[in-house]
Amino acid sequence: MSSFFVRKSWWKILSFVLLAYTIIGGFLLDVPRLPILNESIRNLYFHVCMWFGMMILFIVSFIYSIKYLRTSNHRNDIFASKFAAVGSLFGILGYATGTIWANYTWITDQNQSLANVLKEPKLIGAAIALLIYGAYFVLRGSFTDIDKRARVSAVYNIFAFAMLFPSIWIIPRLVGSLHPGAPGSESGNPALNFNDIDSRLRIVFYPAIIGWTLLGVWIATIKIRLQLLKDKTLINV
Amino acid sequence: MKAIFTLLKKDLVLELRQQHTFYGVLLYIASTIFVLYLSIDEPAANVWNGLFWVIQLFVCINTVAKSFLQESKGRMLYFYSVASPVEFIISKLLYNIILMILMSVISLFLFFIFLNNPVTDSLRFTGIVVLGGAGISMVFTLMSAIAAKAQQNAALIAILGFPVILPQLLLLMRLSKTAFAEVFKSGAVLQLTGLIIGLDVLVVVMAIVLFPYLWKE
Repeated sequence: MSSFFVRKSWWKILSFVLLAYTIIGGFLLDVPRLPILNESIRNLYFHVCMWFGMMILFIVSFIYSIKYLRTSNHRNDIFASKFAAVGSLFGILGYATGTIWANYTWITDQNQSLANVLKEPKLIGAAIALLIYGAYFVLRGSFTDIDKRARVSAVYNIFAFAMLFPSIWIIPRLVGSLHPGAPGSESGNPALNFNDIDSRLRIVFYPAIIGWTLLGVWIATIKIRLQLLKDKTLINV
Repeated sequence: MKAIFTLLKKDLVLELRQQHTFYGVLLYIASTIFVLYLSIDEPAANVWNGLFWVIQLFVCINTVAKSFLQESKGRMLYFYSVASPVEFIISKLLYNIILMILMSVISLFLFFIFLNNPVTDSLRFTGIVVLGGAGISMVFTLMSAIAAKAQQNAALIAILGFPVILPQLLLLMRLSKTAFAEVFKSGAVLQLTGLIIGLDVLVVVMAIVLFPYLWKE
């Protein structure tokens, strides 16, 4: 991600346009009305996109951690930590949008108890992800030496990320779920099933994923540039 | 290969000479389980299972935590000059696996004595305990290596390790239920065991790949 991505503005405009379309189209366009879900399906454009954005940002953070270990360039460490920070923010927003959705579907319409909802495998997986990145920031905070901090936290980031993915694949297959795509439900696949999305949803959903992810990258690049300016005296980048 | 066994032997001999740490952990296990015995005498099978694995987790932190903390800076420098990082981490992993399996089996024995025994297939459960002990100890060995680099150690190991160990622990608790006479789908037990072993292999590979970066100062 050289200056091509950071300094150019086309993708920022694209992000803005896509998100404007997501919000306007997401609230005004026609959606299929299913029992229980009803109009709340519009949350698909916000809630699911947060998780997409989070995973993509964490993957980018992971790649920069590998790059740091290969090059020992301090710049890569800043990239890794800031992408992880924005990824965590998206995770928290994913929880927030998810609670709204769960409130109107699982709790109000299906009378699920809170304990049942909290045992959701997707919630557990997301909780593990947020705990891992919480630990990552605690670890970063416990160093005073910046080289040591960068190296050790890169090692933890890579290890934790490698352990996170199997758990996201495994846990949904172990625990029963209310979430769409649980074992036993019609779609069968615990990951997102693209076949059961109505085409009316798709025309907003796909642009929304791209828009939100670009917004995340945008926030991350601003944070990175700020940090690079702060560390200008310390490093040659 | 020879270096691995020399390092392993050094750790074992050290353990035999400085027995206070070993007995310290034993006492920790015994007193924890005794407290459990006093507070709940007849736990149901799933409570028993949950308690057992949570205790394993804490025993592991206590057992494995010191593996990197006990090495002083000068001694690390010496190892650096005589062994490769891969040899060093493999010897540490092996040593912690041995130690943790021993501790797991002891705590299982104490669980059987003090708390009632809901396990119907003791042999199978012992196998699961050995498998689980080995897996948990490997993850915490690497966490201990990371935490040793930061100054505030013991608390950091728990913070770093818990989210990472969670999936493995859930798998182990699930697998343990086979020993409680719960009926599984055919092939499910094999699948779970395979998953746990797969995760263990992943941990070993990650340890071998990543430890050299922690090692150089």
